[in-house]
Amino acid sequence: MSNIGSYEKRVKDFNWSISEKELGYKEGDVLNIGWYCSDRICQMGKANKPALIWDGLGGKKSSYSFNDVRLASNTIGAFLKKIGVKNKDRVCLFLDKIPELYLGFIGILKIGAIAQPLFSAFGDESLHVRLENAETTVIITQRKHVSKVRKIKDKLPDLKHVIIVDHDGKKPLRDGEMIFSLKEETPVEEFEIFPTKAESPSVLHYTSGTTGQPKGVKHVHYSLIGQYLTAKWVLDLKDNDIYWCTADPGWVTGTSYGIIGPWSLGVTQCVLDTGFSAEAWYKFIEKHKVTVWYSAPTAIRSLMKAGDEVIKKYDLSSLRHLASVGEPLNSEAVIWSKKVFGKYFLDTYWQTETGAMMLTNFPGMKVKPGSMGKPFPGIMAAVLDPKSFEPDGEPGKIGLIAFKPGWPSMMRTYWNNEETYRAKFVNDWYVSGDRASIDKEGYYWFVGRDDDVINTGGHLVSPFEVESALLEHEAVAESAVVAKPDEVNMEVVKAVVVLKPGFEPSEELELKIMNFIRKKLSPLAMPQETEYVDSLPKTRSGKIMRRLLHAKEWGEEIGDTSTLEGEE
Amino acid sequence: MEDIKKTVLEYVIEEYVEDEDEELTYDTPLISGGIVDSFSMVSLKRFLESKYKISIPDEKATPEAFDSVDKIYELVKEFVKE
Repeated sequence: MSNIGSYEKRVKDFNWSISEKELGYKEGDVLNIGWYCSDRICQMGKANKPALIWDGLGGKKSSYSFNDVRLASNTIGAFLKKIGVKNKDRVCLFLDKIPELYLGFIGILKIGAIAQPLFSAFGDESLHVRLENAETTVIITQRKHVSKVRKIKDKLPDLKHVIIVDHDGKKPLRDGEMIFSLKEETPVEEFEIFPTKAESPSVLHYTSGTTGQPKGVKHVHYSLIGQYLTAKWVLDLKDNDIYWCTADPGWVTGTSYGIIGPWSLGVTQCVLDTGFSAEAWYKFIEKHKVTVWYSAPTAIRSLMKAGDEVIKKYDLSSLRHLASVGEPLNSEAVIWSKKVFGKYFLDTYWQTETGAMMLTNFPGMKVKPGSMGKPFPGIMAAVLDPKSFEPDGEPGKIGLIAFKPGWPSMMRTYWNNEETYRAKFVNDWYVSGDRASIDKEGYYWFVGRDDDVINTGGHLVSPFEVESALLEHEAVAESAVVAKPDEVNMEVVKAVVVLKPGFEPSEELELKIMNFIRKKLSPLAMPQETEYVDSLPKTRSGKIMRRLLHAKEWGEEIGDTSTLEGEE
Repeated sequence: MEDIKKTVLEYVIEEYVEDEDEELTYDTPLISGGIVDSFSMVSLKRFLESKYKISIPDEKATPEAFDSVDKIYELVKEFVKE
């Protein structure tokens, strides 16, 4: 029997107080996610239960019980307090998927500070804009990434401390840098957790939009109410599960369902901190007897590409429930998973801004391969007419995915950008920026983005950010960045470039441009193709018409070109 | 042919290694070792194709085939004309 039981009954009887009651929370109480994910689980008699089983590079491994998580997060919290970190200060976690990332996240929340996890593959420019916007005071990182921090530190007046968690003492520290080693610190047994309330800020995740710099999505401790219940009902997490969320906590899935969801339920989770390989992943599932697996379409398609033969080498019979997030999961991948694992990968849809799952396929529900499923109980969802912003209701008609505000894990603002936040709400609907249709049975079907943002491997890349960075390359006069279809990643970045006089198109130049963006922004933002053109299509007012380039790339109708420069 | 290994190793160190103390050898795991991620593998493939004037089919450019300089050498060798 699944945790959700009958979806229809849950929808009918739903109230978020179900989650509040299970968590023992009442309105006005202190609510601290850090406490809920560690101390509370220990108080429930699970102190010695494994919380984190970690496999890293070079055969390294470690394991932490819930009591270990409690002690380690106390210790990190105490250290941060000692160096002057206060309630609501932004503390960035710029780490690979090492234990300190997970334990540090809990420690930061325990002192009432705001955790700002950033993807460790970000280049120095991507790191800079996000730390500058958040006015981050502390960054916790590791030796291999400290050179990127050093490049930008002088441009960040608010950044007071750079904490290195794996410094070996061989090279001297620079101004503002300090060493913190969890192994060498005395564990802090008694720790006064900051009395955060429901609306106290908790996590700041950055996401990309079409224009402007990345936006800091502010979440609050009350998000737990949504994350707990969705993890329980959609991921179907149970006490004896071994759960594996493949997402990096540098992105929202990695915190909502890679830390908060499972740990607030007292569930053991595994983390694999190595690069991707089909064999390594199957071996990991076999070794730890993973029962619930939450992954992403790009990874699933990469596994499909690796073939079915390799699967036969491993015993994957422990798997009982599979789910996916990040981009639409194509029907071929859903059907393939049933064939090779004996289970469907169930698609889930949500965003950094929603903080928790919104549309999902539930255990026990009829699977329609390629569909995102139905709204989570308590979520009022609709597809809006793009002109009137009213729900259309006609089955199959394409419109904008929208939600009625008020669910617990909804973002509370964009950091230092209230205006853009307000613009996300029209007619009292939160408008997601994605397009879909609803069929006669109420299933949602993803169509695409409603803007130019590129979804590559489940991560959003802003064309504006890549274009701005390209302008800093010595050979680039101007550029337009668009999505290009890709079999594995759904979309990848393509740059259409006008070169400065004196530069000629060449393979070498294309490679230089790729590496320039990879290091400056991130591997995700790296153009996988560069096309050289003499000029870019522009409106008469000089704005680049990305729409035309996108249509050409996707073989779509070009549409209205009346505003195109040079058209009469 | 031995130069290929040396050239690729130097290129990987120059372009992908962030930790100055990281020592790379011909058999260091690159993809499974987290040094080159799956997105960056595209740029490494482009380097090999441009440097050795070859074309590596997508089905041969797997994370496994790119997982060490030794393996990359074996792959490149298939396509480079003596």
